[in-house]
Amino acid sequence: MPTTYLEAIRQGLWEEMERDPNVFLLGEDIGVYGGAFKVTAGFYEHFGEKRVVDTPISEGAIVGAAIGAGLMGLRPVAEMQFADFISCGFDQIVNFAAKCRYRWGAAVPMVVRAPSGGGVHGGPFHSQNPEMWFVRTPGLKVVAPATAYDAKGLIKAAIRDNDPVIFFEHKGLYRRIKEDLPAGDYTVPIGVAKVAREGSDLSIITYGAMVWTALEAAGKLAEEGASVEVVDLRTLVPLDRETVCASVRKTSKALLLHEDTRTGGMAGELAATLTEAVFEYLDGPIVRVTAPDTPVPYSPPLEEAFLPNVEKVLEKARELWRY
Amino acid sequence: MSPVPATRPQKRKKPANSAAPDPQLARQCLYYMSLMREVEDRIERKLYRQGKIVGGVYVGRGQEAIPVGSALAAQPQDVLFPSHRDMAVFFVRKVPLGRIFAQYMGRQGGLTRGRDGNMHMGDLSANIVSIISALAATVPVAAGAALALRYKGIDGVAFSYFGDGSTSRGDWHEGVNFAAVQKLPVVFICNNNQYAYSTPLNLQMAVANVADRGPAYGIPAEIVDGNDVLAVYAAAQRAARHARSGNGPYLLECKTFRMTGHSAHDAAHYVPQGLFDEWGKLDPITRLEAAILAAGWEDEAGLERARAAVHAEVDEAVAWAENSPFPDAASLTDGVYESQ
Repeated sequence: MPTTYLEAIRQGLWEEMERDPNVFLLGEDIGVYGGAFKVTAGFYEHFGEKRVVDTPISEGAIVGAAIGAGLMGLRPVAEMQFADFISCGFDQIVNFAAKCRYRWGAAVPMVVRAPSGGGVHGGPFHSQNPEMWFVRTPGLKVVAPATAYDAKGLIKAAIRDNDPVIFFEHKGLYRRIKEDLPAGDYTVPIGVAKVAREGSDLSIITYGAMVWTALEAAGKLAEEGASVEVVDLRTLVPLDRETVCASVRKTSKALLLHEDTRTGGMAGELAATLTEAVFEYLDGPIVRVTAPDTPVPYSPPLEEAFLPNVEKVLEKARELWRY
Repeated sequence: MSPVPATRPQKRKKPANSAAPDPQLARQCLYYMSLMREVEDRIERKLYRQGKIVGGVYVGRGQEAIPVGSALAAQPQDVLFPSHRDMAVFFVRKVPLGRIFAQYMGRQGGLTRGRDGNMHMGDLSANIVSIISALAATVPVAAGAALALRYKGIDGVAFSYFGDGSTSRGDWHEGVNFAAVQKLPVVFICNNNQYAYSTPLNLQMAVANVADRGPAYGIPAEIVDGNDVLAVYAAAQRAARHARSGNGPYLLECKTFRMTGHSAHDAAHYVPQGLFDEWGKLDPITRLEAAILAAGWEDEAGLERARAAVHAEVDEAVAWAENSPFPDAASLTDGVYESQ
């Protein structure tokens, strides 16, 4: 029976809690209520209040307490109700958690789950993709799965990791995608990208919900005769530069796609990486398709204009293909 | 606007030390307070001026009774979160003195191996968690450590130290509230030294005492003479007993005075000289020495021998630190992640 992206995360959390008594959850409304998106529905009843901690509305305390528990050898998984509110725990993440190991050799095994992304009419404070705040903070790992398989495998790997991991789960994927998952325990390694579709004319490098946009665009371009490769980063830090570069060495053309806004987005880092590593292979300009540099608007026509989509990808991909 | 809030020491009926007489405890307290005074004097007034300490220096001169009295009241399984004027916590937990000097001098032998300076250090093998510069950030972290102790069934308490200024930050309120709601075993210890850098208390908060904040969170709070080490010890014991018994957190406000500027480069011209004079008479080391002499536990020659021993111990530690190499620049990118 196919498993949704949301159910995959839920299974991953559940299995890790069954496997390791040091794993516990904390966050707002995650216990009795089961979480704003019901990712943790049934956990409180099964694991009890000791391991499923309902907290006050205090992102700083949620992340801070997770750090303290992690330092003491537990494996906390903190939920931000929406990724947007992670800013309230920002100092704890970027100044405390991220720097502990480098400064004084103290491990902070901690996962912060951050439901992110637009397309759900959430407006400026329930739709953001704030991954770059953390991508540029040394000491943090940042993952952003696109598939149910990867979501389950990566949440399990994140919980077992001995460094702090920010886990961006795209709200728009929660119930939209599903697939059959293998029975039994498996993990997906952090720091390894995946070629989601093979091709030879052009590479689309992306992550999160935009992987599905890229795959749909690649399907349409195939009908037009273009062979498009789609690279799903899966992890943003540590970045799998080798898989990215290998794809572009093969196709010689790179289209960088993300739902996040443009300036300082992941595409900039990817473009610099490609320029440094595979410049001699490039047969065209590196092209970006991203959201514009605005807050995420609420009203449907505005949000549709904001979000990258298949049409926008097709337009830029065709240009690049013909270049 | 008057820069002088109600910061004068309060008149006390009993100016001497208040706890039950215990000569062994008194000698221990005197040793650790004298050591902290000597180490920080050496750092601020010698090594810093010699250019051997390249960054900032923040000392706890006049406040030594607070880390000493409280850390001595802690049990080994208790986890301590010292703030930047609580150096003696490291001594009580037997962190080698040479490593602390090496920390200040940016040497490989320091607790952070040159990655950070001054009091920004921790040692999990000694159950001490490092402060970060964003004050009060350790308050919710201490709550999380307390949660972990309870989770694992360890009979431990987290000691969360901070200054008066830290209680203005959101992290302080979030951390105290979370600990209170969860009834976590945390002792919150405020070094109320009356100034946050140049900002006096009356520009920091509109309540008279930090302890006044306790009832708002449903936790007991107590004001202690922070310059009386035995009083701090007794209060910390009370507080820890409360927290250890499952009654939730306890707030201790230790009233004291910062007998220096904020840092070695701050001459503190904004502090009225009269306050230094008045608080100087309440120096915690002088007071304890007087009490020890009065009780007949030691004579002047014995105190002098103890001072000389501390001096020699510090000499040896400084020499150790000066022999510790600077870190190899090739190690710059090591240790950001577990494996790289």
